[in-house]
Amino acid sequence: MADLRIKIGSLELRNPVMLASGTCGYGSELEDFMDLSALGAIIVKGTTLEWREGNPYPRMAETAAGMLNAVGLQNKGIDYFEKNIYPRLAEYDTHVIVNVNGNTIEEYVELSRRLDRLQAIPAIELNISCPNVKRGGMIFGTNPSSAREVISAVRKAYSKTLIVKLSPNVTDITEFARISEEEGAEAISLVNTLLGMAIDVKTMKPKLSTITGGLSGPAIKPVALRMVWQAARAVAIPVIGLGGIMNADDALEFIMAGASAVQVGTASFIQPDTAVRVVNGIEKFLVEKDFDSVSRITGIINRI
Amino acid sequence: MKKRVEYLTVTENKKLTDSFFVLKVRSGGGLPEIKPGQFVQALVTDSPSTFLRRPLSVHDVDYKTNTLSLLVQIAGPGTERLSRLVPGETINLLYPLGNSFTLPVTGEKVLLTGGGCGMAPLLYLGRKIKESGVQPHFALGFRNRSRILSYEEFSALGPVWLSTEDGSEGHRGFVTDIPAFRGDKWDKVYSCGPEPMMKAVAALCRQREIFCEVSLENLMACGMGICLCCTVPTTSGNLSSCTDGPVFNINDLKWQTSG
Repeated sequence: MADLRIKIGSLELRNPVMLASGTCGYGSELEDFMDLSALGAIIVKGTTLEWREGNPYPRMAETAAGMLNAVGLQNKGIDYFEKNIYPRLAEYDTHVIVNVNGNTIEEYVELSRRLDRLQAIPAIELNISCPNVKRGGMIFGTNPSSAREVISAVRKAYSKTLIVKLSPNVTDITEFARISEEEGAEAISLVNTLLGMAIDVKTMKPKLSTITGGLSGPAIKPVALRMVWQAARAVAIPVIGLGGIMNADDALEFIMAGASAVQVGTASFIQPDTAVRVVNGIEKFLVEKDFDSVSRITGIINRI
Repeated sequence: MKKRVEYLTVTENKKLTDSFFVLKVRSGGGLPEIKPGQFVQALVTDSPSTFLRRPLSVHDVDYKTNTLSLLVQIAGPGTERLSRLVPGETINLLYPLGNSFTLPVTGEKVLLTGGGCGMAPLLYLGRKIKESGVQPHFALGFRNRSRILSYEEFSALGPVWLSTEDGSEGHRGFVTDIPAFRGDKWDKVYSCGPEPMMKAVAALCRQREIFCEVSLENLMACGMGICLCCTVPTTSGNLSSCTDGPVFNINDLKWQTSG
């Protein structure tokens, strides 16, 4: 047995594996395939103050070793969430984290305040990195002063564990990692999707209704890993690594690069119980290599 | 019904035309209940450019042998790879997925109409309708005689009217040109096929106030309602084709203006 527990601020997780926002619905969609209590946390889908219909079809294009999406934060808004979804999330025997979005700083703040009152939500993931919305999202996450402003404002409005989800679509990820830490985030998660596009040569049209979209899957893993490694060296707060994790070895790479925890995203579309397989694979590795806890290998490449 | 991921064994792979084949796969542990209109997500291995599973309609179900039939159109490298599966090989399926058609009640007159790959769910739907004591009728459209699929299987369940675009078999034109479609009084019409065909069927049914359900074939990633990519605009907002569909009543779709 190896100790898989990790801490994100004051939040203790039974293991370092989470389901990434926007790839696991509200968790119940994946319950036929795995026991959610086997996971460290689930990050439910991107939520906004108001009901959003998202972008028009087509929203998806398969690409080499990955896919582009342009969903655009489709969700029913915080009122619907609180009334109809939250009660059953409160029954889960795992941490439920909500991914928070807004068009303006005021919207981020208001939503964070609403979520602060929900007892069964111990943390939020501040999404300043969605590439598929015209306002908010990545616009905050790619400009240092806007990022600082929104993180600072949400920090004041939210009393529990604050995770900031960073965009890879920046020149220097360490700048945004440091800003998050300076403004009081307990952790950062990275990377969100990489901005990309695809064209259908037969029809001579873009494959996505929005022309550009977010690239995910194994295609982005080397980029994500590099950014996690850079960010982990730049800050003292925990880094949550994601981007193309398909199996335990992928997750171990992120952990060895400095991630305290990982998120499984697109892989769940193909193999819905990937996250549980990742938990089991990490534990097997630790036992085989005689490590008594996962924290022993966090950032190990920097120590050897 | 609980969804599952399972390796099934290929028992037959029959080429129908240059671009269509029927794959028969057997479940070792026994099939779950599968409703007409539901689909599977097939994992494709040994196809480097195929990343996501491929959604395939259930063409027929044989509970006696625990065998599923999947009618597949070769649309790219993923489905091309599936066309080369041989008996004895296994295929990883995520299933059963999606909602199902609303079955008719005794005494109703029903028409099942489709074209091309849209044939796929209509055979199993016809079988379930027949089992329920209602006679299914089929109106099937193809580009030409050489593209006709599964005619014998449909004929075994009820009358089949054919249309071909070049008139090489049956009525010249589209399924909506078949006299029985226009002339007879139908209580329920079910349709699956290319979108222009379904929109023409929907327009005709709406005009005559006939109950009509269509099965959509939107591009999808997960098939389980977690990626929200296969979105369908409906009168109650954007829904997911994979979990809220693939079967929709035409009155719920925003086809009224464009149909």
